[in-house]
Amino acid sequence: MIYPWIWRHLPGPRWARAIQVALILAIVVLSLFEWVFPWVSAILPYQDQTVGGQ
Amino acid sequence: MAVESVPSSDLAAPLSATPKSRRVLDSILGIVGELLITAGLILGLYVVWQLFYTDVLSARTQTQALDNLAWAEPVRVPAITAGGTTAVGAPAPTVEVATIPEDLKVYSAEGAPVIAEPAEATTFATLHVPRWGYDYVKPVSEGTDRERVLDKLGIGHYKGTAMPGAVGNFAVAGHRTTYGKPFSDINTLQVGDSLVVQTESAWYVYTVTDHAIVNPDYMAAVAPVPGKPGEAPTVASITLTSCHPKFSAAQRYIVWGTLKYWAPTGHGYPSELLEKP
Repeated sequence: MIYPWIWRHLPGPRWARAIQVALILAIVVLSLFEWVFPWVSAILPYQDQTVGGQ
Repeated sequence: MAVESVPSSDLAAPLSATPKSRRVLDSILGIVGELLITAGLILGLYVVWQLFYTDVLSARTQTQALDNLAWAEPVRVPAITAGGTTAVGAPAPTVEVATIPEDLKVYSAEGAPVIAEPAEATTFATLHVPRWGYDYVKPVSEGTDRERVLDKLGIGHYKGTAMPGAVGNFAVAGHRTTYGKPFSDINTLQVGDSLVVQTESAWYVYTVTDHAIVNPDYMAAVAPVPGKPGEAPTVASITLTSCHPKFSAAQRYIVWGTLKYWAPTGHGYPSELLEKP
């Protein structure tokens, strides 16, 4: 399994691993919000409001 | 496959007690399951981002764009006007707001100051729509590129269409949902409503004349004479386009208007801004 594998390979005691997991999650969500989602949204046509595809 | 009933207590036995092929299958299924759960979470996050976070971000950049216009009449203008209520519903304090004297109004496009089309993503005007509240003031920027203009700065001006006050069609687009949704209530506009555009040197008061729900390829909506491509314009028109229905790209909601009058800035507000339709 992916997530147990990551958990096993994080260094440090349990609390340190928990902090690392929180950090990784924050980075993933932030990059999704900042870069991935805006890019995907511009490709999907569901938010278009112009005529003639300008 | 040999059918052997496994006592339930054996489920807790060490992994090595189960056949190897079974373990491989288990971990493959486990990983597929994890990936599916992850995909589900990402899709959920996308919805949250699209529906809520884009509003937060765009509201910020649009307010910023307005604040950068030194000449823009105070945003949330007649949140302070006679007898009205503010957006939050509190009775507005009665404050005398100067309105443009009649003799400064020019009831035609003749002599109207027309600014040159600026570079893409440049904010050059503001749009006030009394129907949408005393405090409805949004920036209008050049271009209709999703990423550079519409998703960030709000209302975008179709490149190549007329500028405010010019004979021709001043055509703009805006989101109806998400990204600060400047045109969320476009369907509430009625014939006779005012659309007030301000640039650095002038106010342009347009009156709504018509609306339509059209297919996305209906380019004629933004033609110099709306609906009649190829004809030479004689009046100054305005066109608002947004998506329809909400949260769909199937069609477009279009609102048309014509210029009622223009007046120089610096002499108060157009009285239309103080009257709630």
